[in-house]
Amino acid sequence: MTARDLILGRLRVALGEPPADPAAVPRDYRPAGAVAVDLDLLVHRLTDYRATVHRCADADVAQVVDEVLGGRRVVVPPGLPRHWLPATVAAVTDENLTAAQIAAVDGVVTAAAVAVAETGTIVLDAAPDQGRRVISLLPDVHVCVLRADQVVATVPDAVARVDPGRPLTWISGPSATSDIELNRVEGVHGPRHLHVVVVSAGAAQHG
Amino acid sequence: MTRTFLGMPATAPRGVGNLRGEESFPAAARRALGDTQLRRNLRHATTTIRAKSAAVIGELPDWAQLRAAGSAIKTDVMARLPELLEQLEAAVAAAGGTVHWAADALEANRIVTDLVRATGAQRVMKVKSMATQEIGLNEALEAAGIEPVETDLAELIVQLGRDRPSHILVPAIHRNRAEIREIFLREMPGVDPALTDEPAVLAAAARRHLRETFLSTPVAVSGANFAVAETGSLAVVESEGNGRMCLTLPETLITVMGVEKVIPTWADLEVFLQLLPRASTGERMNPYTSMWTGVTPGDGPQQVHLVLLDNGRSAVLADAVGRQALHCIRCSACLNVCPVYERTGGHAYGSVYPGPIGAVLSPQLTGMPDNASLPYASSLCGACYDACPVMINIPELLVHLRGQAPHPAGEKAAMGAAAYTMDHPRLYAAAQRAAGLARLAGPALPPPLNGWTASRDLPAAPPQTFRQWWAER
Repeated sequence: MTARDLILGRLRVALGEPPADPAAVPRDYRPAGAVAVDLDLLVHRLTDYRATVHRCADADVAQVVDEVLGGRRVVVPPGLPRHWLPATVAAVTDENLTAAQIAAVDGVVTAAAVAVAETGTIVLDAAPDQGRRVISLLPDVHVCVLRADQVVATVPDAVARVDPGRPLTWISGPSATSDIELNRVEGVHGPRHLHVVVVSAGAAQHG
Repeated sequence: MTRTFLGMPATAPRGVGNLRGEESFPAAARRALGDTQLRRNLRHATTTIRAKSAAVIGELPDWAQLRAAGSAIKTDVMARLPELLEQLEAAVAAAGGTVHWAADALEANRIVTDLVRATGAQRVMKVKSMATQEIGLNEALEAAGIEPVETDLAELIVQLGRDRPSHILVPAIHRNRAEIREIFLREMPGVDPALTDEPAVLAAAARRHLRETFLSTPVAVSGANFAVAETGSLAVVESEGNGRMCLTLPETLITVMGVEKVIPTWADLEVFLQLLPRASTGERMNPYTSMWTGVTPGDGPQQVHLVLLDNGRSAVLADAVGRQALHCIRCSACLNVCPVYERTGGHAYGSVYPGPIGAVLSPQLTGMPDNASLPYASSLCGACYDACPVMINIPELLVHLRGQAPHPAGEKAAMGAAAYTMDHPRLYAAAQRAAGLARLAGPALPPPLNGWTASRDLPAAPPQTFRQWWAER
């Protein structure tokens, strides 16, 4: 007998006869679509977990990237809008770079798939403007550009919007640990600096 | 009748893994209570996390509804576990992953060791995983000449300190920053001798220490917080980025997961992704959660394995009351609120699963005789039930398991004698008068009952029984 048959057999014996009617799951919590999106809440939650937030128009993204990474080397995914990159950064496009090559650059600029206002979370789904998971992992500075229409209110909204078939990375602030006396400390293995650029159509405010 | 050929539910085998202590809980707890540094560290850490967790739970208007949903989803999972596992297996395979089944710790260790050997790697990097601690995978890999490197900061502290984990979430919770600094100075090759005990400095030291390992190790072993039957997706919830490193950089990824971790649908994640971080680290969301479905060409590991582990879970499932211990999502909230855990620490429980959930899970995984004292490692105060994000009724389970634990022969004789006395009015009256006389004996009981009064005073018996008082009116 295979281990598979052994285990499934054991579990079936353990359960005995299946119940006549399967238990219903009460879903009285706030479902997807129940809460209005609050961009200011997103900014507060990101900032609270030590991400730096910039709000600007699409045309001004390059200026923000210049402020954060000007004069330094960055890796970018193949599908990143090129007008987000200022002339002051040396950008290398990820076309099967080795991990060592990616680890050697200072920063990474990506887009995002979804963001959750209530938790201050950004979700990357490895689309061409976000790239392979490794590029947003090894460099020490991650600049993530987010369109306002990608922001949802709650976790159920985000779970409903993302594609399970893609590799997903949910990011809430810079790398951190709670392993020393259960206090949160930023800066372990992932990027120690997370900048989120929220691009609102038409708005050109800064800061 | 054919079912007996398929095998009966079985407990976790002896002689492998880390589910059994070398001594009973009372003996281990007595020693732990003498360690004042340990108690200071634990009180500090658990007080911190309780306040953080309460604050972020208070932000959610629907916490109670999320708990109810989480509990009901888990109940449904247990009722349909075989079919959900078959569905998961098919979905993982369809996405390019390979599913293995391990009846117990020995089989799981053999499967993982063989998979690592097949790659030719001498070293594997590990994401913190309770399942691999449970089965003693590191010991098995070392015996096979393969070096396992723990990459979670707390696991690294435990591994470098040649220590044992004492908490589900933060295995080094019993160490304070000064002790961690000492361990790093002693055990971390090339560490800066000017290392301070600032948490940020200690975290940076771990970053430098592990970077090269992440970039050069071709095999990783992880656990999984959730596996979605519907899609074949696996999820790992973490903070530091060591998980992302292990799940992204190597060529081969081996995930070891207890069978109870499966959830039915993708949408069910919306419940658990809200419950787990707030109950666990007291964060609205943990820094990193990775989800992957089989193999993604060109992105991440191209050889993806999933090892589904029984190791006693079928025996837990066989107890209709006890099976709710399998609902646990390993958040460790019950440890952080437990007055017993806060004083004894995790090592006293003997198992990798300490605290209230360990007191009900470990004895069921191993069978009662091997962990008979654990269901008594509680005052039944109920704080664990209130804290549990999936509403596991741990006090009910403790009482249920106490009913199955071996009882001392004297207890049955004493109960029988009491019942006989209460059935005979004259004997009962005489016993009550004797109790009144016992006032003269002081606040302690004579042997063999002195165990009860070793740590508490006997309440003073009244000078008169109720019947005497009534007769005199």
